[in-house]
Amino acid sequence: MKQKVYIYRSFERFWHWMQALSIFFLAATGFEIHGSFTFFGYQNAVKYHNIAAYTFIVLIVFAIFWHFTTGEWRQYLPTTKHLKAQINFYLIGIFQNAPHPTKKTVLSKLNPLQKLTYLALKILVIPTMVISGLLYMFYRYPQKGMIEGLNIGTIEVIALFHTAAAFLLVAFIIVHLYLMTTGSTITSNLKAMITGYEELEDAHGNHESENLKNDKKEVEA
Amino acid sequence: MKKIVIPLVLIGLVIISAISFLTSKGTEQTKLMVLKEQFDKKAVQHVDHTQFTELKKKFTSPRQVTEACIACHNGRAQEIMQSNHWNWEKAEYVKDRGIVYLGKKNAINNFCIGTEGNEMSCAKCHVGYGMSSSKDFNYQDESNIDCLVCHDNSETYAKAQEKGGAPDPSVDLANVAQHVGKPKRSNCGVCHFFGGGGNNVKHGDLEKSMFEPTKTVDVHMGTDGMNLQCVDCHKTENHMISGKMYSLSSMNRNRTLCEDCHTESPHDDAILNKHTLKVACQTCHIPTYAKVNATKLAWDWSTAGKLKDGKPYEIDDAAGNHTYLSIKGNFTWGKNLKPDYVWFNGTAGHYLLGDKVADTTKPLVLNPLYGSYNDVDSKIIPVKIHRARQPFDPVNKIIIQPKLYAEKVGEGALWKDFNWETASEVGMKDVNLPFSGKVSFLKTEMYWPVNHMVSKKENTVKCNECHTRNNSRLAGLNDFYMPARDYSPFIETAGKLVLLLSFLLVLIHGGFRFFSSRKMKKRG
Repeated sequence: MKQKVYIYRSFERFWHWMQALSIFFLAATGFEIHGSFTFFGYQNAVKYHNIAAYTFIVLIVFAIFWHFTTGEWRQYLPTTKHLKAQINFYLIGIFQNAPHPTKKTVLSKLNPLQKLTYLALKILVIPTMVISGLLYMFYRYPQKGMIEGLNIGTIEVIALFHTAAAFLLVAFIIVHLYLMTTGSTITSNLKAMITGYEELEDAHGNHESENLKNDKKEVEA
Repeated sequence: MKKIVIPLVLIGLVIISAISFLTSKGTEQTKLMVLKEQFDKKAVQHVDHTQFTELKKKFTSPRQVTEACIACHNGRAQEIMQSNHWNWEKAEYVKDRGIVYLGKKNAINNFCIGTEGNEMSCAKCHVGYGMSSSKDFNYQDESNIDCLVCHDNSETYAKAQEKGGAPDPSVDLANVAQHVGKPKRSNCGVCHFFGGGGNNVKHGDLEKSMFEPTKTVDVHMGTDGMNLQCVDCHKTENHMISGKMYSLSSMNRNRTLCEDCHTESPHDDAILNKHTLKVACQTCHIPTYAKVNATKLAWDWSTAGKLKDGKPYEIDDAAGNHTYLSIKGNFTWGKNLKPDYVWFNGTAGHYLLGDKVADTTKPLVLNPLYGSYNDVDSKIIPVKIHRARQPFDPVNKIIIQPKLYAEKVGEGALWKDFNWETASEVGMKDVNLPFSGKVSFLKTEMYWPVNHMVSKKENTVKCNECHTRNNSRLAGLNDFYMPARDYSPFIETAGKLVLLLSFLLVLIHGGFRFFSSRKMKKRG
């Protein structure tokens, strides 16, 4: 039985859309700084990129706080359970109108593939972006009177990490925007992320998220 | 829920605006205001030289003027006699060479090549009288000093052509002596604007338009602006003038820098201020040089000596620049030029008279400017590169110092006799160097740092003139990574491939979904 469930809380939605906005804006200004195209004008692009970067970092700090205080961080604990089923669903089942192999519930919003992807994003791609970005910002050319051991000889390595991670983020967005349409209806996921409500089957159901139970076990172990 | 969203959005906005306001600290305005106020007070003439009885007399020789000057200004002559303007050489440490005496006496350039043997003509720009030869000149005789060429404020003093530095006979010496003062642009410019035998031949950024420039030509010296004189920046104490040109200098000392007045962080923008560690002010603030009149870019000596009906001739371009002179060969000129850019740490090497040239396959740089990205003292500076083909002894592998100027035909001078072999023979004998009898022509380059013709703030080089994939102003400097210009071909290709694959994946997957759902619907 389907029922309307409040699945994404207001901060979560705010964070999600601010993050989306930040990433789009950072990508637009960032690739201009990279020399891929001209739109804002180089000096403006740099200025806007830096302001957006600080905004993004503030948002990340709030988001980390929120994840830990609410315990929502557990949503991203990786699991191999149903992973194969999920892959099979995207490769085959989805074309045969097969049901999603994992049930979306308040306590387990993410399927195993999402868990893996978002975790990689959170602990690999975004930290790479932030750390290389901060180094990029605070990089000072080696100069006299500074401790030589602390010198970074060139900005090249920093820039290359930053660029590579940026490409990955943009690729993620392309796929993410598409997979958004693979919910129970084409727009159900989008609507949920805007309003917070989604029609879920058995959202607080008796078998209340087997995944989560497993996760808990894993954590305890 | 909305109760939370709105405050959060507001907090975000507050943070964004706080950051953007706090990052712009307006320091430049005040600094500029202080400088403007400081330089707005023009120097007052403390003493009226027209009142002195010592100067109210008929001077029959310029030396009498010098003696009159020294009679009051005692000790000043000694200062001059220690200066480069007088000695035409100074002790310099040169990399790979040690300490050498370096100056017009022994450095070779690729314009008129060198002064040795041609002093009667070249000494028009010596602060002395009677230099017929740099060897025979009496550097200890105070009365040989030409005080007036630098201190004339009457604008009537002029040196005669080819008279070893003597003033033009038409000059009213008493009048000039009574109107002396601090050197003005005209005093410096009369030599420094015409080096190499004509207006703007050498520097490119120092030429006759700088006598009375507009702010558009030079923001500091503009007569419609601060109207600065040369010595306002080239601060001088005891006749020791700060600043130098690396055509004749080697050491990182006594330089005149923009930072002396403007500090190393003059911009409002922190990112621009970060640039000053690696980029000299001139690099952005002098987008073009030779703004008013053309400067010489290339000089081909090999074509010199052609005669029409037995007589030397000249060919000029539409703007009146010589493109060919029988005495000097062919020239290329350029106006409104974008500079070239090099790393420079304030030290330079030099080709000196008699040096053997090891590699004649590529152009010889007569004054290599040292520096690189990894050198903490180096900054990117703008330069004018002057290219030439100049006489060279292919057997002895020495650049030839030819005898160019002589008063009469038959003394072997190129400019009278138009014969390279005899001019080289006489010239090389004059400097005690061997000459094989063979003259070929060697390609050479000289690097002239561009420091003047600073543009207005609005006209500075824009970020994306350097930070760009194509036609970057710094395309020639490849020893460092510069955002927008540089990228890793691997990451660029891999990144684009990942994006392309993601798109394809989405398209294919989406396509399949679309068709399978239609099929399913049909099947019902």
